[in-house]
Amino acid sequence: MILTAVLVLGLIGIIFAIVLYFVAQKFKVLEDPLIDEIAEVLPGANCGGCGKAGCRAMAEAFVKQGNMDGLHCPAGGEEVAKKVAALLGCTPEISDPMVAVVRCNGSCANAVSKNNYDGLADCAFANSVYAGESGCVFGCLGLGNCAKACQFGALSMDPETGLPKVDDDKCTACGACVKACPRGIIELRKKGVKNRRVYVACRNKEKGAAARKSCIAACIGCGKCEKTCPFGAIKVENNLAYIDFNLCRLCRKCVAECPTGAIHAVNFPPLPPKKETPATGTPAPAPAPAKAPEAAPAQAN
Amino acid sequence: MKTFKMGGVHPEENKISTNAAIEQMPLPKQVAVLMNQHLGAPATPIIAKGDKVKVGQLIAEAQAFMCANIHSPVSGTVNKIDVCKDIVGLPKTAIYIDVEGDEWMETIDRTPDIKRECTLEPKEIVAKLKEMGIVGLGGATFPAHIKYSVPEGKKAEYLIINAAECEPYLTSDHRAMMEHAEEICIGISLLRKALGVPNAYIGIESNKPEPIRVMTETAKKFEGIIVEPLVVKYPQGAEKQLINSITGRKVPSGKLPIDVGCVVSNIGTTFAVYEAIQKNKPLIENILTVTGKKLPSQHNYQCRIGITYNDIIRHALGELPATTGKVISGGTMMGKAISNLDAPTTKGASSVLVMDEAESRRRPESNCIRCGKCINACPMGLEPYLFSALVKNNRIEEAQAHNILDCIECGCCFFSCPANKPLTDEIRLGKNKVRAMMAAKK
Repeated sequence: MILTAVLVLGLIGIIFAIVLYFVAQKFKVLEDPLIDEIAEVLPGANCGGCGKAGCRAMAEAFVKQGNMDGLHCPAGGEEVAKKVAALLGCTPEISDPMVAVVRCNGSCANAVSKNNYDGLADCAFANSVYAGESGCVFGCLGLGNCAKACQFGALSMDPETGLPKVDDDKCTACGACVKACPRGIIELRKKGVKNRRVYVACRNKEKGAAARKSCIAACIGCGKCEKTCPFGAIKVENNLAYIDFNLCRLCRKCVAECPTGAIHAVNFPPLPPKKETPATGTPAPAPAPAKAPEAAPAQAN
Repeated sequence: MKTFKMGGVHPEENKISTNAAIEQMPLPKQVAVLMNQHLGAPATPIIAKGDKVKVGQLIAEAQAFMCANIHSPVSGTVNKIDVCKDIVGLPKTAIYIDVEGDEWMETIDRTPDIKRECTLEPKEIVAKLKEMGIVGLGGATFPAHIKYSVPEGKKAEYLIINAAECEPYLTSDHRAMMEHAEEICIGISLLRKALGVPNAYIGIESNKPEPIRVMTETAKKFEGIIVEPLVVKYPQGAEKQLINSITGRKVPSGKLPIDVGCVVSNIGTTFAVYEAIQKNKPLIENILTVTGKKLPSQHNYQCRIGITYNDIIRHALGELPATTGKVISGGTMMGKAISNLDAPTTKGASSVLVMDEAESRRRPESNCIRCGKCINACPMGLEPYLFSALVKNNRIEEAQAHNILDCIECGCCFFSCPANKPLTDEIRLGKNKVRAMMAAKK
């Protein structure tokens, strides 16, 4: 009894195996094995930072093109680019490493809440219904769409400031957060030598007084930084300063000049004490730390 | 009694200010007249800083098709034309006018007598509505001259006047009917003439027996005005639901009321129409309810447009109670929370609703249990729980296929949800995403 069953099932199995073998031969899809190899090398996060549908699609694009011109995996960076180049047999396309930068300084202390939002916890929705808790129409809403969009765990909402915080080491500059932010606060900027960057942490285009009303650390468009910059990297347009990271040489002259502390310099060692100032009085402005918003609250009222 | 067929809820009515007669709000020191108080493109200012203006003088002109004229609500000097933040804090353009005296345009008839005769032709009536900057006062602020110009090939059969006032708390329409019944009926007759329809129907929810009595009696003196008491059910006053209640017709998805031969107008609009056509008075005032359970007194005010919410509160209450949680413009179901009380009122404003901290707090959200209450409550026959899931997972095309754009944002789903999910918020987000997707495809 058992023997019959074994024989019958075994026979059926063999017949199907033969049929499947021939079908597989007939309908075989020829694919370049290189695609698999490249896909293996790519980060595999399917972040979409390259503009393709995912890592596999990017690998196909690499193989189809045969070189790396115009194709760049921001998440993989230099390391992956070199590996892909080795597989393709071409020169690697290496661009300057970039990083996501949060251009808003509307922390709980700087941009004091004037109301409480209790609606749907989604930045895009909040942006469609009102200005924000501080009243700043350009500032961070603090509901974390960017953090939700990040595939690499590089963005998190800082409970203390209410602003997103970027982990430089984890950020791959894929740009997902840039797309997720309805207010365009996050920008991809050059990572800089030793992660050192100088940028205007504000997007407020209102007139100075109006901007200061909602946030004491807002850029008021006074233009001091523009005049100070020896490299012409700063432009003030619509009451807002912008530092071009391709021209900026990280001298930090603008940081000291900014009256509201809207310009941030990060990952720098503390400034050496200024050339001995003639007045020996208050030492207040001297120890300007990496982030210098503390200088401002005096004008709060 | 008539009602609409699908969905609906019954929130606590809280019509506590019904007995407060309409008072005149004193003139403020300054008004800010926003340039987009209506649906469509903002109006273009035609005066400059330093100009003297009179009450009722045209100060901003409609230059686009979907736009309405704006007139000065006060007399005085133009202080500046500048950015002004609206009730939700978004920057808009406004004309600031410093109030000096109260000098009206000579053309405006300020006598209290009621003028019944009108010799204007239908086209002239519509032209005058445009000139006087009349917009729908039911909430959408749709320019009236566009609504009453029936497009070629379509025919209006019903004129429906919305006096349901189904939103909790609001009583401005109630008071207008009690105090201006005759004027309203004349306004309705004018609109009937403009459209050339045989009958106009006034839909009033049956929780307002007094206005029903007053309007029925007054309507007897007029030809072709019929008062229809309606079942108390929210959203009885929503355009599509009201059409269904009164005519039994259904406005198909993506179509307008005129496609089923209906034109719906709010009762407040009819009063404005009367004043515009018979008295030459542009839309410069509206009636606002100032109400709240914890307030010492309830009020209905006739206010000049452009007065700030803070001015109104200061006059009505002195200051806000310490326990205030939210101040809302509109009713509890569809109103907007005001985050900027320095904002001016607009043509469409209907109330200042002060809610207590405990009353205004949202209840904690939990998970959907698929009970289907939101589907039963939806007056448009949609599936709110499904939209919630689709929007959360960014399946925007599917949401569109399930007619998310038909949602009228009445809030019935959120109101009925035992898990307190912010369904209406999610659907609004979804609608924005669908519109963005459609715009990107174009």
